[in-house]
Amino acid sequence: MRHKHKPWFLVSQRLGIAFLTLIIVSFAVFFATELLPGDVAEVLLGQAATPEAVAALRESMGLDTPALGRFIGWLLGLAQGDLGTSYVNNMTVAELISGRLSNSLKLAGIVTLVSVPIALTLGIGAAMWQGSLFDRGISILTISVISVPEFMVATLSVLIFAVWLGWLPALSFGADTSSFLEMLRAYAMPVITLSFVVSAQMIRMTRAAVIETINTPYVEMALLKGALRSRMVISHALPNALGPIANAVALSLSYLVGGVIIVETIFNYPGVAKLMVDAVATRDLPLIQSCAMIFCVSYLSLITLADMIAILSNPRLR
Amino acid sequence: MSHSRITVRNLKIGATTDSGRRVEIIKGVSFDIAPGEIVALIGESGSGKTTIALSLMGHTRSGCFIEEGNIHLGDAEITSMSERARASLRGTKVSYVPQSAAAAFNPSKRIMDQVIEITKIHKLMPRDKAEEKAVELFKALALPHYDTIGSRYPHQVSGGQLQRLSAAMALIGDPDLVIFDEPTTALDVTTQIEVLRAFKSVMANGGISGVYVSHDLAVVAQVADRIIVLKGGVIQEEGTAEQILHNPTHSYTKELLSAFEPVLHEAIVSPTAAKHTAPILEVRNLFAGYGPVHNGEPSAKILKDVNLVLPRGRNLGVIGESGSGKSTLARAISGILPPYRGEVLIDGYEMPHALKSRSKEELRRSQIVFQLADTALNPAHSIGAILGRPLTFYHGMKGAERDARVVELLDMVRLPANLRHRLPGELSGGQKQRINLARALAADPDLILCDEITSALDTVVAAAIIDLLKELQRELDLSYMFISHDLSTVEAICDDVLVMYKGEVVEALPARDMSSKAEHPYSKLLISSIPQLDTGWLSSLEQDPDLVAEFALR
Amino acid sequence: MTTRTTFLSALPTPKRLGYSFNLTGRIGLAVILFWAFIAIFGPLLAPYPAGEIVDWDYFGPMSDKFWLGTDYLGRDILSRILMGTRYTVGISLAAVFISVAGGVILGMIAAVTGGWFDMVLSRLLDAFNGIPSLLFGLVTVAAVGSSIPVLVLTLAAIYLPGAYRFARALSVNVNTMDFITVARARGETTVYLIVREIFPNILGPVLADLGVRFVFIVLVLSGLSFLGLGVQPPNADWGALVRENIEGLSFGAPAVVFPSIAIATLTISVNLFIDNLPTKIRDRSE
Repeated sequence: MRHKHKPWFLVSQRLGIAFLTLIIVSFAVFFATELLPGDVAEVLLGQAATPEAVAALRESMGLDTPALGRFIGWLLGLAQGDLGTSYVNNMTVAELISGRLSNSLKLAGIVTLVSVPIALTLGIGAAMWQGSLFDRGISILTISVISVPEFMVATLSVLIFAVWLGWLPALSFGADTSSFLEMLRAYAMPVITLSFVVSAQMIRMTRAAVIETINTPYVEMALLKGALRSRMVISHALPNALGPIANAVALSLSYLVGGVIIVETIFNYPGVAKLMVDAVATRDLPLIQSCAMIFCVSYLSLITLADMIAILSNPRLR
Repeated sequence: MSHSRITVRNLKIGATTDSGRRVEIIKGVSFDIAPGEIVALIGESGSGKTTIALSLMGHTRSGCFIEEGNIHLGDAEITSMSERARASLRGTKVSYVPQSAAAAFNPSKRIMDQVIEITKIHKLMPRDKAEEKAVELFKALALPHYDTIGSRYPHQVSGGQLQRLSAAMALIGDPDLVIFDEPTTALDVTTQIEVLRAFKSVMANGGISGVYVSHDLAVVAQVADRIIVLKGGVIQEEGTAEQILHNPTHSYTKELLSAFEPVLHEAIVSPTAAKHTAPILEVRNLFAGYGPVHNGEPSAKILKDVNLVLPRGRNLGVIGESGSGKSTLARAISGILPPYRGEVLIDGYEMPHALKSRSKEELRRSQIVFQLADTALNPAHSIGAILGRPLTFYHGMKGAERDARVVELLDMVRLPANLRHRLPGELSGGQKQRINLARALAADPDLILCDEITSALDTVVAAAIIDLLKELQRELDLSYMFISHDLSTVEAICDDVLVMYKGEVVEALPARDMSSKAEHPYSKLLISSIPQLDTGWLSSLEQDPDLVAEFALR
Repeated sequence: MTTRTTFLSALPTPKRLGYSFNLTGRIGLAVILFWAFIAIFGPLLAPYPAGEIVDWDYFGPMSDKFWLGTDYLGRDILSRILMGTRYTVGISLAAVFISVAGGVILGMIAAVTGGWFDMVLSRLLDAFNGIPSLLFGLVTVAAVGSSIPVLVLTLAAIYLPGAYRFARALSVNVNTMDFITVARARGETTVYLIVREIFPNILGPVLADLGVRFVFIVLVLSGLSFLGLGVQPPNADWGALVRENIEGLSFGAPAVVFPSIAIATLTISVNLFIDNLPTKIRDRSE
């Protein structure tokens, strides 16, 4: 089959799909949050509030206009970078989120820098020496990590590094983060925990992707040309496993933005996930919606990026 | 060692099955290959020919292992070597040309990088020297654009070219022995000729020894000096090509040869032909294609203005190479791919184009049988359930009546009744194809569309299926439309033949003397490209180069 | 095809079809069966009522009287773990069955019918995947309040898109097979194609997928309970037991160690079992 598609066509197609998905998501997010039982007016005024007071507050917050109108207004606001104003305190959502988001991104960035190189090396290594003691050790380790809840990984790390060894503080923030060494110590526990969790997934998926390409005729051909195992894997299998590996990394990284609620709670780390959970308690819809959109945008952009890497790494599509 | 380039003594190779059982797949094989000699390993699937060929490189596929015996390549003893030592021989002393070059080329690397990789792995020569040498080989292998073809990616060149490029890849390290593993099986016949010629000339110039693995005696006859006939991991017979072809001694070799000689089809008279004046199948100005439809026409138009008439009780062959649209024709007639223009008449009645608008009775009268028996039978259903379903669906049969009919159907295709409790995965390829036929027969059809139904089978098994088709025709008053790329099979069963090229019927011929009556240049080219059981056929074959350039899908 | 079997052994058994479980797989299976047994009969075996304070001491050590020690209120941990098994295993099983059944049905329909139904559904569920699963669970439970039906439905909703995607991919593969074309050409209905031709061929991998998803659900449920949004006191699943007794972590109290071990043994053994399934079952349709 001849592919007439030019790469820019495929790439713009992916971008189009991502954009379309985003519209669907915003629609779903907006109306799902609308369905939340109870509303902010009741929460703010407490149980003793009279129905008249609640109605008055609702009107003043614009909650009595039809949902569709508010949706379009919200969407137009989003398009211009206006995330709206919190219902609970009169700060803009952008103000509330920015600090938390930069915290979350900082943590995600550090974990990425630590875990991606380690995970790719171990995953490719395990595939290269498939069935060896090293491979089996990695396999048991990763299966254990992905099998236990994150809070266990976190508490075990605390137990080992903070309680028994006393090297690191158990809590992340509140400690002094002025000097570099102190900052390192402060971030260490959450980074260690998250690195374990996301590396395990990446290692397994990388290993599987590489092994799949190792079992192809062209890798056997490389063997029959006299290539040793390392050359077969690095020069022949790896370039063809790039797409699936990029996808595995993207999935793991998207988890780091919003999926780290347990770590944020245990280590008292002020990130976006915790902000969203708190927002639910107060029915602060603009804040909830913005958080949800941030998670979806980061997921979609990572997945789309991985798709593009897959397209560009494949000469048949390029 | 003596003057042999390769010596194999008492080679035994074992394998572990999925259930952990150990079986012996090569049972004590010995042979020699002299310098400059080309030896063919011939046999059916499961005969162990590829396993032996790979073992000459010290390689066994996963689950297999060399149990006993030894292999000498020159003075080197391959069986007792370390993996690293074997790797140093691969590509320099012995090299490999795979069955499917399309799968053996890494899709993400340029062709040149892959062709000269051997020189890089073994540090034979600097890169520019290696590229120069590769271009020379491309030239010797008659590749077009030999000076620039290396900069392309594998998907940018044709199958026939890739196959020749893989030969260049094997020859770059000046090996003593080259293993060809069914290198032309996946190619069309007109392409095969070019590739075989190219292989022959480069091998003759270098004095290199060769092992040529194939199931096709006629192809082997063109390239091999000596032939080794294998079956079930045991050598049946060994001799010069001339001797094996003309004076075979072993009964299995004779069987292989006789399966090759087509028994010409005698037309039969349908007992009901007098009652029905309309032909069983008529196709008028048929157009069909795939893809999104604009203004009632699909974007990829395959069939263009196809006309044909198949009288009751007669058989129509449709021949052509890949991409000729012959399978699409069967799909369009059966309604699986609804035609967008034209008419299909079965027994004089016009069929609605789409499957959904055909009635049960209309569907029942024509049945289609596919090439790959493996994928045509649901692996989760027992044979009894597979055959029982059309009985219930078309005839409303249930319970004991249905069971009895299933046994009858199995008997019709010459299979034992107890097979109905088995799953398809437990049957051999030939048995599966018989079940496929039996399922079509369960509908009591008048017409069976056979889409390459013998192409995936071994020669002897395929010949038995053809015999079965003929018997069934006599018993059941059937008509067949028989699609194939294999002319001798078509000769064996058909009365008339259509030659298709790029979606059009270029010529209709009587099956009995296709070669003498063919007039269209493409039909002539196609028919003359079929390898003959004659060692001198390829060297004496003369084809008009302009014709080849025009039609061969290289 | 070298397998030739006698007529009498016509029933398909694992051995005859050519697969057997290896040692790791068997150990995994044994642990799974153990927990299944506990989930069914656990409360009958409990030495004390699960909610009753039976010891004056809290975070008591392992002893003859309290095999696995006591918790932060002095309740018997063994009894509480036995009770918790039902919640953890029961809620997770119910959720995984709903999500996989829903995903498989929708996936098969999407694969066979194709067209706009397939496109819209796939896009929608893909987008849903973008919301972090635990966070989605937290938000829903925080919004509507925690109860067992809410937990089951929320967990099922989280994993339905994945199950759909998996089943759809498998069904698309099977749908290209010639036996499907043969059935279509015979005139069979879409329902017949889905139920009789496709479903039996994706069953093996789907069951393996069910196992993997079960583990995810156990983990998310434990996470929810750990954050106090899962099973509500005085009842407790394993995750809630860890939360209740987290204070005992610093001195390694059995009250926090054993519930953790319970979670880990269940999830690890399910994963080990799935990983060591013969490839024949796991990827039959590939």
